[in-house]
Order: sequence, then C-alpha cells, then structure tokens
Amino acid sequence: MNVPVSHVLLLAVALMGIGLMGVLVRRNVLFMLMSVEIMVNAAGLAFIAAGALWRRADGQVMFLFLLAMAAAEVAVGLAVVLLLYRRERTLDADAADQMRG
Amino acid sequence: MDSWLWLIPALPLAGFLVLALVRTMPHRAAGVIGAGTVGASGAVAAAIAWRLVACPPPEGVYAQTLWHWLGTAGFDATIGLHLDALSAVFVLVVTAVGFAILLYSVRFMAASEGFGRFFAYMDLFVASMLVLVLADNLLLLYLGWEGVGLCSYLLIGFWYADPTNGRAARKAFLVTRVGDAALVIGLLILWRHLGTLQITELLTKAPHVWAAGSGLATAAALLLLAGAVGKSAQLPLQTWLPDAMAGPTPVSALIHAATMVTAGVYLIARTGALFALAPVAQAAVMAVGLATLLLAGFSAMTQRDIKRILAYSTMSQIGFMFLAMGVGGWTAAIYHFVTHALFKSALFLGVGVILLHLNDEHDIFRMGGLRKRFPATFLAMLMATLVLAAMPPLTLTFSSKDAILRQVLLSPRGGVGLWLAAMLGVLLTSAYSFRLLFVVFLGPQRTRFDVAHHRVPSGRVSWLMRLPLAVLALAGGLAGIAELLRVLFGVEGFYAFLRQTLPEAPIVSTLRENLQQQAISVGVSLAGAVAAYWLYVRRPALAGRMVQAPAAAAVHRFWQAGWGFDWLYERLFVRPYDWIAKTNARDVVDWLVESPARLAMGLYRLLRRTQTGRLRWYAMGVATGAIVLIALMVWL
Repeated sequence: MNVPVSHVLLLAVALMGIGLMGVLVRRNVLFMLMSVEIMVNAAGLAFIAAGALWRRADGQVMFLFLLAMAAAEVAVGLAVVLLLYRRERTLDADAADQMRG
Repeated sequence: MDSWLWLIPALPLAGFLVLALVRTMPHRAAGVIGAGTVGASGAVAAAIAWRLVACPPPEGVYAQTLWHWLGTAGFDATIGLHLDALSAVFVLVVTAVGFAILLYSVRFMAASEGFGRFFAYMDLFVASMLVLVLADNLLLLYLGWEGVGLCSYLLIGFWYADPTNGRAARKAFLVTRVGDAALVIGLLILWRHLGTLQITELLTKAPHVWAAGSGLATAAALLLLAGAVGKSAQLPLQTWLPDAMAGPTPVSALIHAATMVTAGVYLIARTGALFALAPVAQAAVMAVGLATLLLAGFSAMTQRDIKRILAYSTMSQIGFMFLAMGVGGWTAAIYHFVTHALFKSALFLGVGVILLHLNDEHDIFRMGGLRKRFPATFLAMLMATLVLAAMPPLTLTFSSKDAILRQVLLSPRGGVGLWLAAMLGVLLTSAYSFRLLFVVFLGPQRTRFDVAHHRVPSGRVSWLMRLPLAVLALAGGLAGIAELLRVLFGVEGFYAFLRQTLPEAPIVSTLRENLQQQAISVGVSLAGAVAAYWLYVRRPALAGRMVQAPAAAAVHRFWQAGWGFDWLYERLFVRPYDWIAKTNARDVVDWLVESPARLAMGLYRLLRRTQTGRLRWYAMGVATGAIVLIALMVWL
C-alpha cells in the first residue's frame, strides 16, 4: 500500500511538536526526558520516511544511529537526574536555578 | 635711576619665591629673607625718592617699561613701572611700615606653626602692593589689586585649622570681589571709549573724549569707586573688615590698617582727573566717606574686642580720606594716609604685644591696669592714640586731620554742614580711642595673667617687638610736622610735592583761621577724651547702667552689630543663594550628565531578567529561536 510521504512527515512534525511541548510544559525531569525521547523518535521517523522516498538504506542506518544515541543519552540523563535529586531532594526542574543572574 | 625701579617690587617677590620653594628653613633665615627683602626694597625706594625730590627728572616721573605683556587686536598692555610723587609716597610707606612690621613678626610669630609660610605670604603681599602703586597702566594695577586680595585671603585664614578663620577669609574675599567685579567693568568702559589703559594717556584723553559730567565718565568713575569701596572697606562693602581681625596681628597691622585698605584711596587719587570730570562720582566719594566715618565711629564705641575697635577705627579713618577726596582735598587725604599708616600700625603692634602676653584675650573688659605691666607699650599706644585723636603733642597738635578739616570747611564742594559732621567724627574718634586706652591700661587689673606662658617663656617684651613699635609710634607722632610747617611758617613742602600729580587747587587761609579751626578741633577731641575718662575710669558702673535701659540697649546692640549690615546681607544675599543652591542641587545639567548612566542601568535590569537559571526557560529560548530561523529560511 502507498502511504504518501507527506503524511509520514506530518506525523513526524506532530510528534516533534508534542515532544517539544512536553519538554517545555512539564516540570518533572523524568517526564522531560520522556518528551525528549519522543522528539528523538520523531526525528527518526522523518529519516525513515526520507529513506523510503529515495529508496535508499541511509534512512534506516541513520535511525540505528539515533537509537544508539538515545540509549546513551538516557544513561547520562538519568545519571544527571540522580545527581539533581541528591542535591535538591526533588525532581522539579525549576529547583535548579542557582545560575540565575 | 629709571632702570632701578624694577628692583622695588622684584626684591620682595624674590623673597616670596625663595620662602615658598625652599621647604624647611630655620626661623632666622626665613626672618632675614622675609624682612630683609622688604627692607632692601625700601632702601632702593628711598634712594630713588631722594633723587626725585633733589633733582627731579622731566615731568617729575621715573618710568621703566619692563616688557610687553599682552597685545591683541587694538589692545596692548606692558609691564611698566611709573614713579611719581604719589607713587613715591605710597612706596615709601608700604616698604617702611612693612619692614617694621615684618621685624616685629619675627618675634610675634615665633611660636606659631608655618613661620616660613607667613613670611612668604607677607612678601608676596608687599610685592603685589608695590606693583599696584607702581603700575603705569590700569591692567597692571589690577594685577596688583588681585594679588593683595589673594594675600589678604591667605593671611586672614593663616591659622587654617580653625574654621572661623577660613570663614572670615572667605567673607573678606567675596565681599571685595564684588568691588573687583565693578572695577573690571569700569576698566572695560575706560578701554572701550578711551582706547587705552595707560594711566597718563587715559587721564589726558578723557577730558577731550567726554564732556564734563557725561554719563559714561560718571559711570566709569562710579565703578572705580565701587572697586575702591570694596578694597577699602567702606559702605556698603565694609562688612569684611571687623571679621578680618581673625588673622594674626601683624597681618591686621600691615594689610588691614596701613596698606591694602588704602589701595582704594590710591586708586581714586590716581584717577583723580577722571573724578574731576564726573562731579556726581566725586560727590559719591564724599558721601561714602562721610557715611562710613560716622557709622564706624558709632560702632567702635560699642565694641568689646580690642582688634574690632581698631578695625572700625580704620574704617572710619579711611572714611575721612574718602571725604577729603570727595571735597577735592587730594593732598590732605594722602597726608592722612601716611599718618594713619604710622599710628594705626603702631596701635596694632601694641595690641599684639598685649595679645601675645595675655594668651589671646581679646575682650578689653577683661584687661585693665596693664600700664604697670607693659609701660613701654602703654607709652607707644598713648602717643599713637593722641595722634589718632588729632592731638599729637610733638607737633603741637598739628596733624593731617587739620588738613582734611580745612578742606572740608573751605573747599568749594565742602561747607559748614559737612564740617560739623566731620567734627562729630572727630569727637567719636577721640572717644573710642581713649576708651580703648583707658579700659585696657588704666583702672584695676581684671585678669590674672600667667607670666611663664608657653608663647613667651621669659615674659619680657623682646626688643624686636619694642623697636618697630617705638619707631612707628614716634614717626606717627612727628607726622604732623608738614601741617605745622604749613600753618606756622607757610612752607607748603609736602603738599606742593604731592600737588605735582594731584588735581588740587591749594586753599588759602589765614593763620588766624587755621588756629581757630585747630582750637575747635582740639577742643572737641579733648572733650571726647574727657568723656571717655569720666565714663570709663571714674564712673565705670555708669556706662554699664546706661546701656541697660531698653531703648539704649537696642541702639547699643545695633551699633555693636555694625548697624545691621551683616544681618541684612545674610538675609538679602546669603540665604537666597544657599536656597537656590540646595534647590537646584539636582538640576537639568545633572540630569543630562546622568542619563547615559541611567540608561545603561535600565538596559542592564531588563536584560538581567532573561537570566532566570531555569532550564525550561532556556529550552524555550532555543526552541523559539529555531522556529523563527526556520520560518525565515522557508519563507524568504
């Protein structure tokens, strides 16, 4: 079956938007990380769509890179969340505002 | 002889430079340089004056142009010196009296800090005064004028640690400044319309350019008078002189009795031809002199501070000089200047002896009976007081005041009314001077004073102080000799010498008239002295009771406060100015200057609010920026 590329890209954009909103609106850092994951996946979807459009494997390869990067990022991110929790005893992102000018 | 003129002001100026630039100098050296340069200058002046009299040069003038000072479009000024009869008299008085006072100061200022500084300032003063009287153009005269004003400020506030002295110095400077401003405007008018400030040229040109009594001539003369009024502490700019007594006594003697305050007299005498051209201005001179004479006389009667009595006395005597000039008695005024310089400085030096030994007690009612303790000083001050009261015994009571009184009575501009007012002045003069003498030297001793006192360890009056005092008192006592010679022997001598440069027509009067006039004035003076004796020695309590009646007390307070001028000026000028200064403290200019700073501060505050430290805020910033950029890329 033929799914038009534009639909896939639109889905990717929508997912990206949802993820961005999630990052900006949610205060809990874990949920912010989840939203970031959504954004990463949206980007990956865009790559897949492009690969399908041009009938090349590059899109798929890029998605593999993205998955690996997301895994690494989660590892580091969760380590930072742990440190934040130790300092501030809370998971509220706004609690870490010591760099305020 | 011409080429030696420059030495007269240059020697004290050199003394000033050495004393100012060499940091620490032993007292002896400072005294030698300080007094010695003035003495040397006096010697040169005496030699030149001798030549002036013995074999007079053409036109009776020694002139020396030193260098071309400034020249712009249409205006040239040189540093030029000009010595004629008038200048010679002033130069001799300034250097001789200055030398005597500086000798005295060596001992007087010995315990004070800033010994070298004192002599430096005094030398600068003498140099400026000499420049003033030797100047051949009004601009150079003004330079000397400002110089003496500066030194007066420096010397009144000499003991700067006490803020009162600083205030007195500032007051003196500001009040005379008002006069100086008027003087400058007068100089500008003179230059604008006569094209020159060279004195001889100016005076010969003026009658050709301006008609007698013209508005411009009157304006210029009145402005010059205003300058003289400021410097000579006459009405209405007289308020600074009593407060100026805050300075050391030698300063009061030299600057505020003998020389600087007579600079006004010199200016008017020098530009006498101009005043002759403007009768209104000359009448103003007379009015100012008369008013000051009487006002100061009344005030002097009520003062308790010994130096303030002498300050008001100086004011009054200069009023006599102005009165004389106003009625056309130029030579009489200058003669009185010479006599006054001698006896007034003698009085001040005597007062200085007392102050030094009584640890600065100024109130005469806390002194008394000092005749036994300071017999020599008493004698000197007695002689000086007799001269002040126009009864000098050594010259058979002939004195310069007789010359003035004769002018006032007989001159075409004078008259009996003025003469009577002047007689009142003579009465007052005698009364307050003998009041001072009697209260201080006779009567019971009212204060114990300590002989072994840190300022004068030996308790004895040094010869360095006695000698100048004695010489000045004696010279003052003999000063009436010119009048004696004139009346008894018809020898015009001094008067004729001065008439070479002053626009005066000699007044003829018979021996009988002169002696009558003499008798009246001596009688009046004696009456004043007797009244003072009776009131202050015989019945001292009566004087106290007299001023207790409410009306009398009010009048007494009024006179003591100098007829309310300080009160008036405080309310008329000082307070409004302070109010304006305070109100305008944050004015438009301040706003303009501060606005860049305030703008920067405002911007800073705005930008600071973007640094919240919150992660989500920064994330939003990145996202917004990215969206804007992409949109731009897509649609442009």
